[in-house]
Amino acid sequence: MQPFTCHTGIAAPLIRDDINTDQIAPILHSRGLKEDYRAMLFHRARRREDGSEDPDFVLNKPQFRAAGILVTGENFGAGSSRESAVWSMLANGIRVIVAKSFADIYRENCLQNGLLPVVLGGALGDRFIARVVTADGKAPFTVDLLTQQISGPGGPDIAFEIPLADRTRLIEGLDDIGLTLKHVDEIAGWEARAQTAQPWLQSARDSR
Amino acid sequence: MQQTLFDKIWDFHRVAQRADGRDLIYIDRHVLHELHAHHAFAQLHKQGRPVRRADLTFAVQDHTVATRPGRDDDTNPSGSAFIKAMREGCRTNGIRLFDIDDPEQGISHVVAPELGIVLPGATHAVPDSHASTVGGVGALAFGCGTSELAHILATQVMALKRPKKMRVQLDGRLGAGVSAKDVALRIIAEIGVAGARGHVVEYAGAAVGAMPIEQRMTLCNLNIEMGGRSGLVAPDDVTFEWLARRPFVPQGMEWDRALRHWCRLASDEGAGFDRDVRLDCTMLEPQITWGTDPSQVIGISGRVPDPAALDPGRRGAAASAFGYMDLAPGTPLLGLPINRVFIGSCTNSRLPDLQVAADVVRGRHVAEGVVAMVVPGSSSVKRDAEAAGLDRVFREAGFFWGESGCSMCAGGNGDRGQPGERCVSTTNRNFENRQGPKVRTHLASPATAAASAIAGRIADARQFAPGAA
Repeated sequence: MQPFTCHTGIAAPLIRDDINTDQIAPILHSRGLKEDYRAMLFHRARRREDGSEDPDFVLNKPQFRAAGILVTGENFGAGSSRESAVWSMLANGIRVIVAKSFADIYRENCLQNGLLPVVLGGALGDRFIARVVTADGKAPFTVDLLTQQISGPGGPDIAFEIPLADRTRLIEGLDDIGLTLKHVDEIAGWEARAQTAQPWLQSARDSR
Repeated sequence: MQQTLFDKIWDFHRVAQRADGRDLIYIDRHVLHELHAHHAFAQLHKQGRPVRRADLTFAVQDHTVATRPGRDDDTNPSGSAFIKAMREGCRTNGIRLFDIDDPEQGISHVVAPELGIVLPGATHAVPDSHASTVGGVGALAFGCGTSELAHILATQVMALKRPKKMRVQLDGRLGAGVSAKDVALRIIAEIGVAGARGHVVEYAGAAVGAMPIEQRMTLCNLNIEMGGRSGLVAPDDVTFEWLARRPFVPQGMEWDRALRHWCRLASDEGAGFDRDVRLDCTMLEPQITWGTDPSQVIGISGRVPDPAALDPGRRGAAASAFGYMDLAPGTPLLGLPINRVFIGSCTNSRLPDLQVAADVVRGRHVAEGVVAMVVPGSSSVKRDAEAAGLDRVFREAGFFWGESGCSMCAGGNGDRGQPGERCVSTTNRNFENRQGPKVRTHLASPATAAASAIAGRIADARQFAPGAA
């Protein structure tokens, strides 16, 4: 996994609640095993009916084309578990999502891929959104995971919370499977115990 | 210490705590589908990591398969590569695949319980957000992403933070023509699309106890639409009766032993939940969505809300939904002309769902100009429905009768509506453009969908009682 320590980039405001995975990475856009994740991101929202770019969509505006930080509302990433909704962010250079809250599976998928999910809720979130809107892409923001601070135009640095374990995993770019395989003996031990306590769990055989 | 159903399953399956504080939870049954599995197979292959327990892993072809009779790998051209990669990945890794032509092919959440692959008190994972459908038999199921899917293949555990616990207590008795779908939509309307975030939800109460297993699965299926991490129902005699003698359940003396264990799974009297929600189902009427998220719901006889009357936080979303759905605030949905009806998906495609719909349709005909589809949830459901003559009921009424798969739920197989069409659908998400660009989806029960197909308008199935024609 690509580690995350600090990112400085343009912050694009997409201020809506409940943006779902069908909007982020439409399944209708799935064409085959080698997906174009760059083109997939907000595929419909970015385009007008005739297929041309919609100049009003935030990521199409000149000042936000190279945005590395997406700023959004509540419950970001609701819906499907498909990870393309995270891969399509990374394919477009977005390394941080600052939301008022995230859907559970989406947040897990972010952590798996080195995409930093920052939660800024309530009034703190509103103040940050106002700063991002005012900055309008003219100056970058810096999101530093080491210091857990966001700095940028329009006000003082903002501290954000993230569970220590998630922070470590992102900073060190830890291999999640490798982390678990350190417990391989305990997994084998559990299997042996389950084989005695609830043997039906350790066997899935067709009785026919 | 009193424990909930969830605590009992979680604690038994807790293998270890990882250095980062996450619990490693053993996954007893892992079911893959073709849309996501190939990425995980490729990742493991690259890392040189084997599949730990291929014997506890199963696979289906469901998301991208065509529904047209006589289908093959290439009938849906955009699915063909996924289907073939799945076949190859399962062959290489020794995983039992219910392939496109298998007599037991179907939607993972339908196939796993109907074969008895999933069991009460077992943990279950699927790379799909509707994994908790199988909570209807008392299993603890988690939807996961592709990286987590690879993680489970390599380790047979998931690394999870212990979720919070929520109980949804459903009191009273469901009226005639009202189903678990209506109950679930009402709950989502009450607590919102993120109302259960971070929680595992136990559905309990008299109304749940009276539900057959298929209805309990519908209830648990929609758990993710209020953001729940998982949802389940305590197993009882209805569950055991339903599961007994299915091919993958334990047999003989082992069944008796398992049964004794399963009888002790129910939440202990007085066990605590972080959150409790109650709903009396007695007066509930059929429910239907009017907007573009599954919490935008009204009773079938109701009117879509006036944004001014809504919670300020929901006004913006409502205003945008009115535009997309081409609806005016304060108007009824009943009688609104429709273009399309879809009956199917992991939410509502099991045999009793089709029976309810067929009872409405029998002896009647789909309204002029309406395209109506029934797609059974599995090839077994399809066979059973055909043995009961339901396919004839639907076909004679003008419905398309398809081969099993996810079909128009997300349109991953090419089944989708035309721009601007209004569709009554028994699926789980009414998101913009999900069932096709600009398609306007109204989520409802199979009875409501069937009645609407006949009327050509959004209809109340209770006025279509059998014999009322």
